[in-house]
Amino acid sequence: MTAWRRLAHDRLSFVGLVALGLVALAAGSAPWITPYDPDAPDAEATLSSVSAHHWMGTDVYGRDQLSRIVHASRVDLLVALGATAMALTAGTLIGALSGYRGGWTDQIVMRAIDAVMAFPAFILAMGITAALGNTITNVVVAIAITHVPIYTRVIRGEMLKVREMEYAEAARTVGNPVRRIVLRHLLPNCVPPLIVQATLAMGFAILTVAALSFIGLGILPPQSEWGAMTAEGAGNIVSGEWWLFVFPGLAIMVTVLAFNLVGDTLRDVLDPRMRGVR
Amino acid sequence: MGFERYLLRRIALVVPTLVGVTLITFVLTYLLPGNPALVKAGSLATPEHIAEMEHKMGLDQPIYVQYGRYVRGLLSGDLGESTSTGRPVLEDFRQRVPATLELTLASLLIAVGVGIPLGVLSAVHRDTLVDHVSRLIGVGGVAMPSFWTGLLLIYVFFYALGVAPAPLGRLGPEITPPTRITGLYVVDALVTGNGRALASSLHHLMLPAITLGFAVMAPLTRMVRATMLEILESDFVKAAWAAGLTPRQVIYGDALRNALIPVITVLGVIFGFLMAGNVVVEIVYAWPGLGNYAVTSLMTKDSGPIQSFVLFVAVVYVLVNLAVDLLYGLVDPRIRLR
Repeated sequence: MTAWRRLAHDRLSFVGLVALGLVALAAGSAPWITPYDPDAPDAEATLSSVSAHHWMGTDVYGRDQLSRIVHASRVDLLVALGATAMALTAGTLIGALSGYRGGWTDQIVMRAIDAVMAFPAFILAMGITAALGNTITNVVVAIAITHVPIYTRVIRGEMLKVREMEYAEAARTVGNPVRRIVLRHLLPNCVPPLIVQATLAMGFAILTVAALSFIGLGILPPQSEWGAMTAEGAGNIVSGEWWLFVFPGLAIMVTVLAFNLVGDTLRDVLDPRMRGVR
Repeated sequence: MGFERYLLRRIALVVPTLVGVTLITFVLTYLLPGNPALVKAGSLATPEHIAEMEHKMGLDQPIYVQYGRYVRGLLSGDLGESTSTGRPVLEDFRQRVPATLELTLASLLIAVGVGIPLGVLSAVHRDTLVDHVSRLIGVGGVAMPSFWTGLLLIYVFFYALGVAPAPLGRLGPEITPPTRITGLYVVDALVTGNGRALASSLHHLMLPAITLGFAVMAPLTRMVRATMLEILESDFVKAAWAAGLTPRQVIYGDALRNALIPVITVLGVIFGFLMAGNVVVEIVYAWPGLGNYAVTSLMTKDSGPIQSFVLFVAVVYVLVNLAVDLLYGLVDPRIRLR
């Protein structure tokens, strides 16, 4: 409970929490709160600027930008959430195994992690989506793979520490199987740093899916997605239709900023040793 | 431990990493969908034709044989062929490396030139307006997608104010490139005394470099601020104050010099960000570099160049990190013991 209280008391992270709540609410209730069908063209209202009817203007086909951006939040959040959940699960299991077993298992796992980390994350995600083809699932998988090392390293480090502790030894002595010791006794003690990393990784994941889509390697139009929408709007800069690229980018920034603000405060509260590392 | 032993140990660590890197790119290039034989044979090919092509390319052989050939090819500089330009990928790369390098270096210069002073200022004036503004810039740089920052800058400085050139490459259309020496237009124009090309290339470099520099600056500022705060509290700085040195001498002399050592470690991270950011920024400004080439080749269903690009970036990244570690080991002997 103290973590929640600290989050609510720190002004910046409070703003972050509220922003996250709003984005999540918008994503959850998109079909009911948006004023227009996000995919419905309107020949009468093409490229209309910000107005009382269209708060964020309309695009070349007369589609309402606000409705599209709100709907896009579902895609961006789901991809980020899916990738984070997948990486968290895989990374935790691999890290726990590696840290608890040690020896050869650990050596092989760590070399593999080194290899993945030898790529700048976005570049590897590019390579993976290019090879697998750009569907939503593949984007999720690509981002997840690049995020696995984050969790593996955190958990492995924690495991090396806690496996020597007395309560771990006690669990071993009374004859618990390895899987049970790791899952029931050791992992719960590694949860705080995981929460911190996962929150910060959500911001990264959103930036990655948006950037992939922007360069045409992620989510493809006509599916509305923030990065893809920014790319579509980029062509209209020279004719001055600024609302087409400004608002989707703004949505990305606000969401990422919110995750980072909350993540930074969480790190200070839950994991003081990590302060200033990233 | 002597520096030689540290050097050898650190270099030995690079080998398994590079093997792992090539394994990953091998999987991405040959084992995943987008069968290269299918691409090469064309969409009208019959199954027999495809099988023949697979045989010719050795795709019907065991995986380890294929991997061996892949690595041998890489070692002899064979990065495959681009079906869109019809030339070896290595040759296409050679042509585009300078553009990417120029953008990377200029962005690094901006990140270092703005990021370090900003970090010092916010440490010295901790918890004042300067510190808050600096934090805001850092947080913004991380949260703003660089393609968006780029578009905003284009909108303001090209479309609205008209002070920036059209975001269409490295030089104005009426300017001929300077005689090629390094391939970096700014450097070549300087060396050959080509004023017109120098002005045009700097003019074109301005916005992309600011976009990218701003995006990667945050870790640098944060690191400088943190180490500066620590050092300002340390005994030797207190001694310097006590000895009656001026604030300038203490802060920019003793303290900053020591604060810069750990900054070396962030340079590796920043370089990774730069390589990733390059791709997006090159697309936004139609900058004819490696990332642009890799992405546009994909539009023509040609995935060869993009995988070679991924491999190339990883190898460079590994080497840069090696250089950073060695440099750090050189200036801070304590690190060699880890």
